[in-house]
Amino acid sequence: MVGAACAWYAARAGLDVRVVDRGPVAGGTTGAGEGNLLVSDKEPGPELDLALLSARLWAQLGDELGTAFEYEPKGGLVVAATPDALTALHAFADGQRSAGVVADPVRADQLPSLEPHLATGQAGGVFYPQDAQVMPALAAAHLLRASGARLHTGRTVTGVLRTADGTVAGVRTDRGDLHAPAVVNAAGTWGGDLAALAGVRLPVLPRRGFVLVTEPLPRTVRHKVYAADYVADVASDSAALRTSPVVEGTAAGPVLIGASRERVGFDRSLSLAAVRALAAGAIGLFPFLERVRALRTYAGFRPYLPDHLPAIGPDPRAPGLFHACGHEGAGIGLAVGTGQLIAQRLTGKTPELDLTPFRPERFESCEEHETSGDSEDFKDHDTDGGDTP
Amino acid sequence: MNPLELARARPDEAFTVTFDGRPLAVLPGQTAAAALWAAGVTAWRSTRGTGRPRGVFCGIGVCFDCLVTVNGRANQRACLVPLRPGDEIRTQEGTGRDHE
Repeated sequence: MVGAACAWYAARAGLDVRVVDRGPVAGGTTGAGEGNLLVSDKEPGPELDLALLSARLWAQLGDELGTAFEYEPKGGLVVAATPDALTALHAFADGQRSAGVVADPVRADQLPSLEPHLATGQAGGVFYPQDAQVMPALAAAHLLRASGARLHTGRTVTGVLRTADGTVAGVRTDRGDLHAPAVVNAAGTWGGDLAALAGVRLPVLPRRGFVLVTEPLPRTVRHKVYAADYVADVASDSAALRTSPVVEGTAAGPVLIGASRERVGFDRSLSLAAVRALAAGAIGLFPFLERVRALRTYAGFRPYLPDHLPAIGPDPRAPGLFHACGHEGAGIGLAVGTGQLIAQRLTGKTPELDLTPFRPERFESCEEHETSGDSEDFKDHDTDGGDTP
Repeated sequence: MNPLELARARPDEAFTVTFDGRPLAVLPGQTAAAALWAAGVTAWRSTRGTGRPRGVFCGIGVCFDCLVTVNGRANQRACLVPLRPGDEIRTQEGTGRDHE
């Protein structure tokens, strides 16, 4: 999705764009997402600024192409089960409001009018009208098609071409070289591997999540609904399994149930513990789901960087290389803002957001003394890269 | 040639189920999809968006195209549901839950 958005905005800025994907379109994390475009789960800071920029851009794209990819500006509802959770949620929302988020408090007695099937006994909630949803695989495919960029699927990047002075000059693939003055690394959870081909380190790690898909239903869940403790889970650094219920209906009918987070590498095997916890959490929010059957489940790997911020912008360690990856679980939403910023940077304009917090080289200093073995690896890669004509 | 002869199958006695109220003869072990096909029925669901007819596509439980209502429970995969005497199969409109 991030790659498609970069292609779209770069092409619109007048650049000649090629997109290389070793798999099919949306074959990685994009195809395993729920398509959330959220501002509600972000605290004030650079990620929220990017989310607000992205929300505006998605709304514009929604006008142009929205029916093709099921853009639904339906809003998000965050629900607090206890008075303590509600106090914390209100404090969180106050901070967000000062950063430009629309966050409307919802009293317990107003909840049924927003979500008639929500479990009773909640303390209250906050409604976020800027939250929206797309069908991510369709969004990536339609943006790519509309961009006019040339698409090479099933083609693997095997190296990054560098000139004698180290400047990036394109990529080597399993089906020939592609020469270009700028290369954007939008490889998502595999962005660290692509960075390594250019001899630079970007510590992207996979954070696994399952989504549970129900049988198709008439529109029963109207908004994106989640429990207030979701925000704490997203921000946590724990490797162990964490789940908090996130429930939403889709245009096609099935209800999607998330969200689990655990760091287990690229292990795709089904975790019964995770999907059980998802189902139980969702039934806690929407008791009618107990009588609904889950048809299937799928897993994906969020591209996780240690400070939970993506890497966006030029890499000074490899001139000509740009990064647009590491958006963790927010990549669909943040894709368009990222694409816009990358396109602005590629065309020599001043990006409309400060890219300093997203600098791809920001992990350099803290990791050098952490694992000396790793930096040896990357020196080797650097030499390989330098040898490439 | 009758496929039963080809496979030299000797199924037990047929029993009866209904499809939208009309009786169908079913051999033990047949799924809803097999029984419907044997009776010449190829569509038993209408799509959620535009109400187009659907029946078996993959036939192996993967595609969820052959969904049908059996004994009041919607969204069952006809290609996987084994039938029992007296089962009531109904055409499924949309999600099959629009009247709940």
